[in-house]
Amino acid sequence: MSIAVRNLTKAYADQKAVDDISFDVRTGEILGFLGPNGAGKTTTMKIITCYMPPNAGTVEIDGLDISEHSLEVRRKIGYLPEMNPLYMDMNVLDYLEYAGRLHGIEPPGIPRRIKEMVDVCGLEQVRHKDIGELSKGYRQRVGLAQAMIHDPEVLILDEPTSGLDPNQIVEIRNLIRRLGQAKTVILSTHILSEVQATCDRVLIINDGKIVADGTPSQLQREFTGGERITLELKAPKVNPLEEILPKLRIIAYVKNATLVAHEGDVCTVDLDVDKGADVREAAFRLVVSENWVLLEMHRHTTSLEEVFHKLTMS
Amino acid sequence: MPSVPNILTIFRREIRSYFNSPVAYVVIIVFLAIIGWFFSTNLFLMNFASMRVAFELIPLVFLFFVPAITMRLLAEEQKSGTLELLTTKPIRDIEIVLGKFFAAWVLLSATLAPTLLYVLTMAALGPLDPGPVVSGYLGLLLMGAVYIGIGLFASSVTENQIVAFILSFLIVLAFFLMDKVLMFVPEALTSTMEFLAVDYHFSNIARGVIDSRDLIYFGSLLVFSLFLTTVSLERRKW
Repeated sequence: MSIAVRNLTKAYADQKAVDDISFDVRTGEILGFLGPNGAGKTTTMKIITCYMPPNAGTVEIDGLDISEHSLEVRRKIGYLPEMNPLYMDMNVLDYLEYAGRLHGIEPPGIPRRIKEMVDVCGLEQVRHKDIGELSKGYRQRVGLAQAMIHDPEVLILDEPTSGLDPNQIVEIRNLIRRLGQAKTVILSTHILSEVQATCDRVLIINDGKIVADGTPSQLQREFTGGERITLELKAPKVNPLEEILPKLRIIAYVKNATLVAHEGDVCTVDLDVDKGADVREAAFRLVVSENWVLLEMHRHTTSLEEVFHKLTMS
Repeated sequence: MPSVPNILTIFRREIRSYFNSPVAYVVIIVFLAIIGWFFSTNLFLMNFASMRVAFELIPLVFLFFVPAITMRLLAEEQKSGTLELLTTKPIRDIEIVLGKFFAAWVLLSATLAPTLLYVLTMAALGPLDPGPVVSGYLGLLLMGAVYIGIGLFASSVTENQIVAFILSFLIVLAFFLMDKVLMFVPEALTSTMEFLAVDYHFSNIARGVIDSRDLIYFGSLLVFSLFLTTVSLERRKW
């Protein structure tokens, strides 16, 4: 079940929430939408799920246009909206039955599907409780269960792990990973580690436009702009600004050295280094020859976090 | 074509939601208490068996009762965000509207049902002409249906239940008062206003004259209000 999005544009009043976006999702792929709040992730999802139409552009799911074949498309999609709205006055089993019927599952088949969802999503203990009494983590599982009750080929999950504690996040991620093997999944998040942990591919969206597209490791490689090394030195009776920094700066490939902290005899220095160069040995030798003491040396690689920061902070 | 199973799915949830919470019981009891009070105080003042008092009183109570049972129906779904959940399921907007309409209509009928006890009381006290009683109840159900349609529309335009209540109260009040203010309006308008008045058509039916004009009036008002509600749900697409 593939998804093809072409030139999608949606404006609220005069502000463009989504601006001429095109992308494809292949069958069985887990695609992560990454972007700051208000970047257009939710709007794109609302359009794909037929909640509202775009101003321009098309979306096809398995070759079916979402505006011409709205009902068929909705039958194929399982959707977990942002904030996970639920009927607080229904109990879990009733709610899942309601969702199953709305999705047009033949009534005799519904109990079997409910049982499967209760097992898969770990709802056994709370199945007779009202949704309003459940903890946030359980509610999120109920939201996932209703989205998957009809075994959809496409899953669209808007911030599936928001508001969960770290243990619950890991559980939900594993659940998505497991289910995602057979389905086409689009999930949105602004948590970067989530993308690294669950997604095959990442789209970074900013201001309604796609600014990066690739696997998490591709993006990391592509947007690495150089490395940074942090040194912590003990150099008694030496002024770091006048004596240490200039000496570090003349090491080959070091673009800049900045003093991060200075307390007593101990100072911390950041070195910006050209892409691909390794200056650790040269730095070490310099420290030894100057009779300083090296307390710590640490090399940072560009994380997805920095890629994200770079792309969305212009 | 709207699908009946989908309408039934929505209908069943709404009925359950009415009867799982105290709301339905409270409004039914208040309704019966008001009607019962006026009915019994008038009962012995009259010299003949008739349901006229009840049929004059119930439309008045409907002015408050119907907005109270419809205000929640769509406003709450919008407020809690479940409308997004509902409208992204493979179900048409009109099916949502019809399911909710029928649920409220059944609740209204269930509220009217105990008043049949008054009919039995009357019949025991003296000869009761069954014609006006049957047509009176028919009129109440038709009037209730139109009010529910209006209430649903009011509930669809806001996510605030109180606003929905006030709005639907004002609209049904306008239809109710239409033929009671005729002396204040220019003569050219009087016949139009009389035709638009709910009470005018209701009293025609309640008198036992079931005229197609009255049925068309109620039918078209209901269809129009449900249509407007559906259009209003599609606001999200504008």
